[in-house]
Amino acid sequence: MATKASRSAARIMMAPAVILLLGWMLVPLIMTLWFSFRTYLPLRGGDLGFAGIDNYIRFVTSSAFWPAVVATMTIVVGALLITVVFGVLLALLLDQPMWGQGIVRILVIAPFFVMPTVSGLVWKNMFLDSVNGLFSHVFKFFGATPVEWMIDKPFFSIILIVSWQWLPFATLILLTAIQSLDSEQLEAAEMDGAPPLKRFWFITIPHLSRAITVVLLIETIFLLSIFAEIFVTTAGAFGTKTLTYLIFQRVLESQNVGLGSAGGVYAIVLANIVAFFLMRIVGKNLDA
Amino acid sequence: MGRIVLEKVTKRFGEVEVIPPLDLTIEDGEFAVFVGPSGCGKSTLLRLIAGLEDVSSGNIAIDGQDATSTPPAKRGLAMVFQSYALYPHMSVRKNIAFPLKMAKLDQAEIDKRVNGAASVLNLSDYLDRRPGQLSGGQRQRVAIGRAIVREPAAFLFDEPLSNLDAALRVGMRLEISELHKRLETTMIYVTHDQVEAMTMADKIVVLRAGNIEQVGSPLELYHSPRNIFVAGFIGSPRMNFIEGDVAAKYGAHTIGIRPEHIAVSESEGTWSGTVGVAEHLGSDTFFHVHQTGLAETMTIRADGEVGFRHGDRIHLTPREDVIHKFDAKGLRIA
Amino acid sequence: MARAVTSRRKTINTALAWGVGLIIFFPILWTILTSFKTEGDAIAYPPKFLFFDWTLENYSVVQERSDYMRYLWNSVIIAGGSTLLGIIIAVPAAWSMAFVPSKRTKDILMWMLSTKMLPAVGVLYPIYLMFIKLGLLDTRIGLVIVLMLINLPIIVWMLYTYFKEIPGEILEAARMDGATLKEEILHVLTPMAVPGIASTILLNVILAWNEAFWTLNLTAAKAGPLTAFIASYSSPEGLFYAKLSAASTMAIAPILILGWFSQKQLVRGLTFGAVK
Repeated sequence: MATKASRSAARIMMAPAVILLLGWMLVPLIMTLWFSFRTYLPLRGGDLGFAGIDNYIRFVTSSAFWPAVVATMTIVVGALLITVVFGVLLALLLDQPMWGQGIVRILVIAPFFVMPTVSGLVWKNMFLDSVNGLFSHVFKFFGATPVEWMIDKPFFSIILIVSWQWLPFATLILLTAIQSLDSEQLEAAEMDGAPPLKRFWFITIPHLSRAITVVLLIETIFLLSIFAEIFVTTAGAFGTKTLTYLIFQRVLESQNVGLGSAGGVYAIVLANIVAFFLMRIVGKNLDA
Repeated sequence: MGRIVLEKVTKRFGEVEVIPPLDLTIEDGEFAVFVGPSGCGKSTLLRLIAGLEDVSSGNIAIDGQDATSTPPAKRGLAMVFQSYALYPHMSVRKNIAFPLKMAKLDQAEIDKRVNGAASVLNLSDYLDRRPGQLSGGQRQRVAIGRAIVREPAAFLFDEPLSNLDAALRVGMRLEISELHKRLETTMIYVTHDQVEAMTMADKIVVLRAGNIEQVGSPLELYHSPRNIFVAGFIGSPRMNFIEGDVAAKYGAHTIGIRPEHIAVSESEGTWSGTVGVAEHLGSDTFFHVHQTGLAETMTIRADGEVGFRHGDRIHLTPREDVIHKFDAKGLRIA
Repeated sequence: MARAVTSRRKTINTALAWGVGLIIFFPILWTILTSFKTEGDAIAYPPKFLFFDWTLENYSVVQERSDYMRYLWNSVIIAGGSTLLGIIIAVPAAWSMAFVPSKRTKDILMWMLSTKMLPAVGVLYPIYLMFIKLGLLDTRIGLVIVLMLINLPIIVWMLYTYFKEIPGEILEAARMDGATLKEEILHVLTPMAVPGIASTILLNVILAWNEAFWTLNLTAAKAGPLTAFIASYSSPEGLFYAKLSAASTMAIAPILILGWFSQKQLVRGLTFGAVK
């Protein structure tokens, strides 16, 4: 494809990006690995020596670990289900002919551009507050007792907030995928005598399957590491301490770096498992 | 001046040898056409001459100067690409002026040459448009304009007509031929279409799998193809090939007869067969004849007035003086 | 495709879609409305939608009390700076990968992407430590660097997919026309790539603006951007809905406007070209 001269120029031009990312990846990663094998308490004596795999064992045997896993799974799975199911429905709806399609699209996408701290605080105070929140007003209107959402239904609350943020993303990607469906395929199916529901099931859904997988994987990676939404709402209380939040607390709040780093290594491994599948899909697309 | 000499040129992509050692000379002012089926290496060869690819070994000389490692910009060649490769963000005028601007000519000279090229190519009215606003044929002209203003040593054309519809293609073919007659500059033209090769070339280079199968004028290739590949590739409809006993009678492994060299008759002839499909072109009629006992299908080109139909039994007589004979390796027997 | 749709069906679609759209948008709308209310009206029961005493007081109070402008400026510097720095580093890299691909190009691209998957919390302490050692904690330059690095893979990818769409023949034509590498990039590639580069910048400004892990953990009062500014509202004192709303509106308004321009690029950028 090219000459030697352009090849060497290419190598030089690629170098800064490659070197920077390599450093950004390797240096902290090696440090985290190192810390995870040390007893390291910056405020209580600093580096107290080699700890073997103690940190790894203590992290998973601590009373906070399993609840954190459950919390993480609940939030991730809950938000994924809601965003994908409603995302498909919403994308189908937005694909229909209507008046003011452009404006509706903007309305639907808007939450994605709201910074996490804003959406966390706005939902917590203005909607989910038990006294002055809008939900409580609605409950009062119907004569029901207002709920302490953040305390009694913490998972519902956080899943609601996170889903509200990510539904636009799912919808937008699925809508793009639906619009890329060749209409001649649907017309061919129609000529072949397939009714609308069958066309949806046998043509549209398979066409969307790749986009759905991409949405699932990307959202999983982001949802596994949600932070600000919890930081400003429950701060990890009421059972909403996710793995990410647990590690954050170990490292920065209780300053047990060794233990936190072991947790960090678990998180990295977990994210890599998800990433592996995402990369395979992306990689396949690269060939096409 | 544009005499181009390739000496033992090879090209490998990794392990794959695309061009085995190859020698070729293109004389100054010649219109050379590289023709062959897709994947035969004709475009790669052109890109080697252009300098867009490095040769793996061997030498390329332009006007007696070794240009093997000269970058494309310095070779003094102009190229017209298959996709035209016009700069979409520039007007037609700027597109044509671009190579002159790169050569740092002064503005008055640039204007003079651009206007000159535009009037030759009937583009004067379109100079301020963007390529996106032009038709396929007009874009093609802009691409040619961009090439001619530089007054290059040679023009390289990479399948320039393949994106045009049939009618335009014939017109542009003539325009390029006329341009060559007027400029008398070396042109190297790559195509997979043997009609383009036959109609435009002074010299045709037939390529297969990176090898030069034959070099010669269009009529040399038509009259004495060196092997079965060239015989089958040049000429339309394709030459009929017959093997077996019939060929043995002529002392050959295979004989070839062009469709236009077989006479048809209702009553008598050397061979006989049944008409399958008859294609009436008006000027000519092509008969695809089955059950001849010679080959699966024999194609015959007859006068447009000949009126046989599907299923008719007809008789065929070859012109003995123009039967091509080939040996078991497919090479021509003199 | 052109087939007549009954206007009844279109009406139903329209009503349904607008209904859903308004519900999804409602929290933002409500926040904007509340920002113009008095604190009393903000928590009134029954809620007041449009008929209240419109006031701009909250905005001036927020600015006075917590110095909104400084946080805004930090956000602008951090989001803009990290994006520009990223673009400067990514353009040559993406150019090479798109136009001079080698056998390893795909691997390099995939590897770059994999660095994006590294969970931030896993490397929180090392980065925190390095920031202390290098005196970067609570500085804008520190955040510019970190956000540039976390977004660099996305920038390279987006540019790569845009550059890929520029036909290689055009660049070769420039080379044949006598352009040097510099002229080729300056006169031919850059003008053709401008729309793609602009979209990339847009999306990355949005991502950097909203980033809320590193900005919360690596800043305090001095270099905190708007994400940190809003987080400071998480422990309320007295009546504050209207002020929270005013602060929130100011924090999201710039990016909401930018975001609306970037819908299409959003898909490409966030799926790394896997969905187009």
